[in-house]
Amino acid sequence: MNNELYLIIIFVMAMMLGYELIKKIPPTLHTPLMSGTNAISGIVIIGSILVITSSTDLIVNILGFISLLLSSINVFGGFIVTDRMLEMFKKPKNKDKK
Amino acid sequence: MESTYIIFYFISSILFILGIKMLSSPTTARRGNLISFMGMLLAVTTTLLIVDYNLDSIVFISSGIFVGGVVGLIFAKKVQMTSMPQMVAIFNGLGGLASSLIAFSEIIRSDRTISLNIISISILISILIGSVTFSGSITGFLKLQSLITGKPILLPLRNYLNFILLVSIIGLMVASFFYNEQTLIFYILISSCLLLGILIVLPIGGADMPVVIALLNSYSGIVAAFTGFIFSNIALIISGSLIGASGLILTRIMTKAMNRSLANVILGGFGATKENINDEASDKSYKSGSSDDVASLLEYSENIIIVPGYGLAVAQAQHSIKELLDILIEQGKNVVFAIHPVAGRMPGHMNVLLAESNIDYELLLDLDQVNEKFSQTDVSIIIGANDVVNPAAKLDENSPIYGMPILDVEKSKSIVVLKRSMNPGFAGLDNNIFYNEKTVMFFGDAKNSIDSLTKSFKELI
Repeated sequence: MNNELYLIIIFVMAMMLGYELIKKIPPTLHTPLMSGTNAISGIVIIGSILVITSSTDLIVNILGFISLLLSSINVFGGFIVTDRMLEMFKKPKNKDKK
Repeated sequence: MESTYIIFYFISSILFILGIKMLSSPTTARRGNLISFMGMLLAVTTTLLIVDYNLDSIVFISSGIFVGGVVGLIFAKKVQMTSMPQMVAIFNGLGGLASSLIAFSEIIRSDRTISLNIISISILISILIGSVTFSGSITGFLKLQSLITGKPILLPLRNYLNFILLVSIIGLMVASFFYNEQTLIFYILISSCLLLGILIVLPIGGADMPVVIALLNSYSGIVAAFTGFIFSNIALIISGSLIGASGLILTRIMTKAMNRSLANVILGGFGATKENINDEASDKSYKSGSSDDVASLLEYSENIIIVPGYGLAVAQAQHSIKELLDILIEQGKNVVFAIHPVAGRMPGHMNVLLAESNIDYELLLDLDQVNEKFSQTDVSIIIGANDVVNPAAKLDENSPIYGMPILDVEKSKSIVVLKRSMNPGFAGLDNNIFYNEKTVMFFGDAKNSIDSLTKSFKELI
C-alpha cells in the first residue's frame, strides 16, 4: 500500500471521527465551537513555514509570509476569543437552587 | 528520525480531538480549548524542528508569527459578542486565503508544473476552495456588517452564470495539466475562483447568513486538509477534516431548523420575491399594554418562559434581561429561556449573548427541551423574535417559512410580545401570535421596555 492511500484513509477516518465528536456538542456551545475551529484551521501555519523554509525565491517567501501572518491571526485570535467566550459559561456563584 | 516527527504530529492531532471532545460540556470546554492550543503549539514546534533555516526565513517566520499574533490578540479582545458572526466570517476567510496562497506558492516553487498526482490535484483543489472561502467570507462579512445591503442581491441569470463560471474553472484546471509553465493560467484560475465566491454569497439574504458562515467554516477545514495532502502532513489532514465535519454538521442543523435544503439556501433569494399580504394586517385588532400591565401579569404568574430573538441583541438588552430575571427568581418564579436554533446571527449566538450577562446556561433550553413546557407555562415573553414563534410555519402552506420547527408559545396561558412596532420582522412576515386574544403587545425598544418592566415589577412587590 502506498503512502498516498494511507493519507486518504486518514482523511476519511478523521472526517467520520469529527462527525461523531461534534454531534455530541450541545447547541449552547456552537458559537465557541465555530471560533475554536477557526483557531484550529490556523494549522495551515505549518504549511506556511514549510513554504518559507523550502525556497529562496523572493516571491515564494513573500507569499509564504503573508499566509503565515494570516494563519497566525487565526491561531491567536481564535483561541483567545474562544477562551473569552467560554469563560462566560462558568456557573454563577452563590446561586441557591430550589 | 522522520517517524519521531510523525509521532509528534499524531500527538498534536490527539490533543485537537480531546480539545474538541471537551467542548461537549460547558464545565470542561475552557480546558478543552487550552488543550487544542497545546496541540497547535506542539504541531508548530515540531515543524520548526524539521525545517532548515537561513537568516531570511528566520526573520520571515518570527516577524509573521509576532505581527499575526498581535493582530489576532487585538481582534479577540476588542470584538463585541454581538459581532461574533462577523469575526468568524473574517477568520474563515483568512484561513481560506492562507491555504490558497500556500498552494499558489507551491506551484511557483515546483516551476509551474502540474502533473497528474495527488499533490498537484490537492494544489488545484486548495486554490479553488481556498479562494471561494476567502471571497465568499468577505462578502458575507460585508453583509453582516451592513456595509452592503443584507438583502439578497439578485443578478439576472445568476444560476447560469455561476454554472458557466464553475465549468470554466474546471476547464482551466484540466488545461493546467497540459500547458505547463504558464503562470497566466493560474492567475485566471484564481480570479475566477474569487469571483465565484462573491457570486455564490451575493444572492443569499441576511437571515440565511448563519448557514453560509457554517458552510464556509467547513470549507476552511477541508482546504486545510488538502494543504495537508500537498505536504503529506497528518496533523493538517486530521485537524482539517475535523473542522470540515464540524462545519457540515452545523450547516445541517441550521438548514433543518429552517426546514430548507442547502441547495435552497445557496440558490438564494429567500424573502426577496415573496409578496406578503400585509393589507390584512392593518384590519386585525390587537391589545397593547403598559409596563404596569405586564408587571402585574408577571406577578400572578408562576412559570415564565422568555423567548429572546435577535432584536434583544440589537438593543444590547442582555444585561437588562438579567436584572429582570434575578428579580423574578427572587420572587420564586420559575423562569427559563427558550432558544431557537436560528435565534441570533450564527449557531449558538444567543446562548453566548446571554452567558455574557451571567445568565446560568442551565436556564437556556433548546427547541426540543422547551416545547413540552409551554402548556404548563403561565406567560411567555417574546423579546425581539418573530419568525421562530410564527404559527404560519405550521398552518400556512403558502408561507415561506412553512415547515420550519417553531417554539409553541401559543400553548402558554398568556403571551407578552416586546416589539418596536407592528411592522413585520426580518423576513417581512406577519405573525398571528400578535392578534391572539391571549397576547399583550408591549411596544418600544427592547432595552427600554425591559428596564421599565423591571421598574414596574419592583414597585409591585
